Amino acid sequence: MNFFAELLISAALVVSGVFGFVGSFGLIKLKHPLQRLHAPTKATTLGVGGVLIASMIFFFAKTGHVSVHELLITLFLFLTAPITANFIAKAYMSRNLRKGDLPDPPGEYGWSVYDDPPESRSDRP
Amino acid sequence: MFTRLVPHPILSLTLLLVWLGLVNTFTLGNLLLGALFGLVIPMLTAPYWPNRPTIARPLKIAEYMLVVLWDIVVANVQVAAIILFKREPDIRSQWITVPLELTSAEAITVLAGTITMTPGTVSATLAADGSAILVHCLHTDDPDDVRTEIKTRYERRLLEIFP
Repeated sequence: MNFFAELLISAALVVSGVFGFVGSFGLIKLKHPLQRLHAPTKATTLGVGGVLIASMIFFFAKTGHVSVHELLITLFLFLTAPITANFIAKAYMSRNLRKGDLPDPPGEYGWSVYDDPPESRSDRP
Repeated sequence: MFTRLVPHPILSLTLLLVWLGLVNTFTLGNLLLGALFGLVIPMLTAPYWPNRPTIARPLKIAEYMLVVLWDIVVANVQVAAIILFKREPDIRSQWITVPLELTSAEAITVLAGTITMTPGTVSATLAADGSAILVHCLHTDDPDDVRTEIKTRYERRLLEIFP
């Protein structure tokens, strides 16, 4: 493995370490549950992303083949991370917030956590 | 007949590619097995996803992904700076309402996912009629600015992809 590849791998690992640390530090520093929700989104994007880029460069430099497992990990993370964050936000809203704590939506219907949809439309043909 | 057999061609193709990626070696057997998964799984799950989304400009998807990846990197640095250098009482978190022009469920899902994956903003819920999305913003002095950015950078591009 040449020096240039090692340099790139180390740089990617350092970047991911820094962002992983900032994400965990944010969990301690921020006090409000919804603010804390923002901290782990950093760890899952650049934190994990850096490790995956380092791993791709490492296996390409070592074996000469492009490994696609890292791209799949990125795909699965991008599918699952927003859903988790959304569930936590919704659980917090229904436990701790009332309708009046939130800004009103511009339309005539309220937020779906508190209000029913206009009519139960079926998607079935 | 084709729609009955292959209800979601894009999902079938994605499943095939994901299977080939998981086994990480390209052989005829893996290709056939992946194609079988790509045929059977969308057929079994078709009742839960009845309408096929129309994608008008497939090339725009690549542009959208690049824009989002770039924004994730930029926003990561901004949020890291907020967490590290701002004192806790100075962080002003706000709720932001973003009115939506998108109507397709798939497009709204992609937009909500994008908002959450970009650090600094988390999408919390939708209006009951799907006309607006509620976004929690970690720190901003100008909520209108965040709203305009979401609408011009992401929603405009998604409107071109999902008409």
